[in-house]
This record gives sequence, structure tokens and C-alpha cells, in this order.
Amino acid sequence: MAESLALYVRLVSARVRSQWQYRASFALDILGVFLVTFLDFLAILVIFHNVPQLGGWTVEEVALLYGISGVAFSLTQLAVGQLDLLHQLIRDGNFDLVLIRPRGSLFQVIASDFRPRQVGRVLQAATVLVYALVSVDVAWTAGRVAMVVVAVVGGAAIFAAVWVAAICIVFWTVEGRESVSSVTDAGSFLSQYPIDVYAAWLQRLVTVLVPVAFVAYFPASYILDKPDPLGAPSWVSFASPAVALVAALVAGYVWRFAVRHYRSAGG
Amino acid sequence: MAQIELEAVEKTFVVRRKRGRVRRERTVVRAVDGISFEIEAGSVAGYIGPNGAGKSTTVKMLTGILVPSSGRISVVGLEPSRQRLQLARRIGVMFGQRMQLWWDLPLIDSFQLLRHIYKVPGDHYRRNLERFRELLDLDGFLQTPVRQLSLGQRIRGELTAAMLHDPEIVLLDEPTIGLDVVAKERVREFLTEVNSERGVTVLLTTHDLDDIERLCSRLLVIDHGRLIYDGDLETLKQRYGGERVLVVDLEEPRESLQVDGAHVIRVEGSRQWLAFRRDETSAARLTAAVTAAAPVRDLELHEPDIEDVVRKIYAEGASEPTAGD
Repeated sequence: MAESLALYVRLVSARVRSQWQYRASFALDILGVFLVTFLDFLAILVIFHNVPQLGGWTVEEVALLYGISGVAFSLTQLAVGQLDLLHQLIRDGNFDLVLIRPRGSLFQVIASDFRPRQVGRVLQAATVLVYALVSVDVAWTAGRVAMVVVAVVGGAAIFAAVWVAAICIVFWTVEGRESVSSVTDAGSFLSQYPIDVYAAWLQRLVTVLVPVAFVAYFPASYILDKPDPLGAPSWVSFASPAVALVAALVAGYVWRFAVRHYRSAGG
Repeated sequence: MAQIELEAVEKTFVVRRKRGRVRRERTVVRAVDGISFEIEAGSVAGYIGPNGAGKSTTVKMLTGILVPSSGRISVVGLEPSRQRLQLARRIGVMFGQRMQLWWDLPLIDSFQLLRHIYKVPGDHYRRNLERFRELLDLDGFLQTPVRQLSLGQRIRGELTAAMLHDPEIVLLDEPTIGLDVVAKERVREFLTEVNSERGVTVLLTTHDLDDIERLCSRLLVIDHGRLIYDGDLETLKQRYGGERVLVVDLEEPRESLQVDGAHVIRVEGSRQWLAFRRDETSAARLTAAVTAAAPVRDLELHEPDIEDVVRKIYAEGASEPTAGD
């Protein structure tokens, strides 16, 4: 494990060294993403400009949702965003090279690239999260503080699992990355709002099938002491790591299944 | 026990073709159609056949990249598709048309990264790198980013990359493709060297007939997914139109000569071409017979070359796999 982590750092820094040759664009990219993603949060502020509350949540409370989900999602993008390029590896047959090396194939794809621009997204989400943590009206207990950490880490793992499972479609279709992005982006988007405002079927979708409600909604409900519209017991809020684990196992299985159906190219 | 074993291996692909606007036709393509062979440790075998014959597909199954549709494969006692990670440590793979080096980094950085990916012990790494620097003359461009290397230099880098972890077998898919004569020769020398020095088993696919003549003690010829020949080069030459040709310049034009053990395949003025098989008559006996039959001005003997032989096999698409000796 420690050895794999060391290798990960080695591979990623090799990537960064290649990109560092273009260092001006490196910094501009980070700044650009940082600024542009605030537009995203602006949309939420616009809604609150017209209504005082959304499903019983105030603007600071929704900012907490947005912050947790945003930090989790941007960390996921930073860590596994390279999966976006999987279809290229498959189309060109270069996934062959991943399979001739004595390391996990998913590990190698993830470590094959690094997008520093995503750092800008992490910074933006973290800014919103800090603002929310400071401004929400909450009596901070050890449990609530722990929940913030659990939510971010577990949430990132859930997003990553959804992403891995969804991207496997390109092993069959090669193209189709767009539809995968819409699954992950929609997942991220849906986790930014209190699920109280969704129709019942959508509430079930985000809690069971694509469990993004566990990223921010349940943890934030716990922190803010909100009742759950689905009537789930309060310990559900702490289930995020367990959900993440199950999602990761399912994603791992889907990945292995997909790799066995890899068809290579040419020859 | 053989180091590489294939038993009735098949690989089928489902291909969907567009027919009309919406309809799609589904066809099953048998890329590899029941191949069996064994390769002993320490040998150099050439896997040859026309484009689309199933060569690369076989190599990809041997490395665990592709999962066979049926049949059994064993490489160093492992099942490639199920024990891919263990196998990867023990074999080296080089695809002439794929690049495993890091494009933007100096060549030496790729070796360093591979060293960690394969967990090569420090002393092994240093010893191997030193040997390959010498064998492949890498010193001039170790610090050069891979994207600035010539194809020949890059291939030398790729060969090193495939061998750094002391593999027992090296699988090469068209290692000399696109190289100039000098660079090809260097690749061949390198493979000969690692085979004799380290006892590494070499299996290569190639279209290059010089590769075959120079390197391969054993040939496996594949066509339409089936093995059509398995044996050494000499036997192959003999069996398939391994006919030698005696070109005879006669004093004057005349009709086709009638000689035992040979037949005339071409007549051009006073010149005649007589084809004969090594096992039926010898060049000396044929020459004697010809000079006895007609006055001869000059003689020339053509040995069959591998190109003709392979072309003939392809053309015939020989039906039954033949056991080599």
C-alpha cells in the first residue's frame, strides 16, 4: 500500500514535470478554473435572491451542502479525472500497455495523468465550504466536526466509485464518454441541493442507485439537525463510509469485468 | 515442461456492420481458430503470417491483454488472463507500433519509472542498464526527451524498457517495422545476444524475411487464424516449393528439355529454367543430365528464398498444420 502510494507520487510527478515545461499556462489554468467555478455557485445565490428558503434550507445551509459536495467532487476529479481519457487509450489500443505491466490497470490509468487545473476547483469549493462552516448556526460538537471530514472523504470515494463504474461503458462503446460525464456531473449537481426539493423517485435514485445523497445531504442533515424526508434514522448520516465501501466494491467488480472484455485495437 | 503452451486456442470477435440506416449486421470473426503449439525455454521462434492472420491477437492472448474465447494457454506455468500481474513480472513485451516510454521525459526517466513499476532491485537495475547501454549504444541519448528521438533510437529504448526486469520470455510484435537496415541489424544482434547470454526465450512476429533468416530457429506460420506450418526454416523451404532452379543457356534455342527429376518452368529464346527438388536430384546430377542432352553455354543455380516460400504458403493457404521435426 505504502509502496503503491510512493509509485503513484512518482508517476504523477513525472506527469507534472512534463507539464511544468508550460508553467505559465499551469498557473493561469488554476486561476481560471477557480474563478469560473464561482459562476456555478452564483446560480444558487440567484435562486436565494428570489426565495428565502429552499425545501426548508437557508442559503448558508445550502452552501454547506455545496461546499461538502464540491470539495468531494473536485478531489475526485483531481484523483481520477484521467478516466476521461480512457476512451482514447482504448481507441488507440494503448490500453494494451497498461495490461502488460505488473500493476493494477485502474491504478495505472489513474496515475497516468494529473490535471493541476482541478486544483482551482478544489480551492473554490473549499472557499465556499469554509464560508458555510463559519456562517451556519450550529453548536459544534466533536460528532459534527468529525462528520465534516467523514462526509468529504466518504463523498470523494462515492463519486470516484460512480465514475469508475460509469466509465466502463467505453470498453464496449469506445465513444460515449459524454454520457458518462453527464452521469457524474448530474450526480455532483444533484448532491448540491437538499433532496427535499426533489420528486420522490429522484430522492430514491440518489439514495439507492447512484448514492450521491450520502455525499452531502445526509451528513449535512446531521450537522444541521434536519429531519429526513424519507424518514431514515439519524445513524444513516454516518453510513457514508459504508456506502462508499460498497460502491467501491461494486465499481471494482464492474472494472474487472470490463477489462476482461477489452478488445484491443488493430492487428 | 514447455515454457509457452497453447491448446486449441480460439478468439472470436463480434463485429457489427452498418446495413442501411438503422439495421446492423452482426458477424462473428474468428481471429484465432484453434491454435496449438509449445515453445521450449531458450528458443527463438518466429510467428509469421499475412496481415490479419491472427498474429497480434495470439501475442495479446499470451500476455493476458485479451482473454481467449476457448482453449487453454499457459505461459511460464501461469494462465495469462487470470494471472496477468504475476505474469507481467516474468515476461517482457514490445510492440513495434506502440510506445511505452514517457513521451515528454528524458529516456533515462522512463527507465527509472519502469524500475519502480516492476520493482527491480537496485543492483539488477544498474547491471542491466549498464549492459544494455553498451549493447544498444544508448549513451548518446539517455538524457534526450523521448519525443526528440529518431525511430531507431526510440526502438532501442523500447527494447531496453522491455528487458530491464530480467524477463524469462520476451514477446515482440513487429520489432523491426519501419527501421532502416542498420537499425534492424542492431535489433537482431541485441535479440541474439540476450537469447544466448541470458537464455531468454524470444517469440517475435514479423514481416521481415531477414529477421526470420537471421533469428528464428523455429517458424510458426499462421493464416486465417490457423497454424499452417510449425517447424524449422530448412524443412519449410523443402516442403513448400522449396524448388531450386537451374537456369541453362543453350547454344541455340530448342524445345523444352526432358530430364529426370526436373521440369522446365520457363523458356525464353535459348534460355531455359529447370525447377527441381533437393530430395529428387542434385544440382551436379542435373547439370550432367542437361549437358548430355544438349550443348550448354552457361549455367546458373538459384536457391529458393524464404520470400517465395512464404508467398507460396499464403497463396496455397495450406489446409493441414504440419508437424515439424
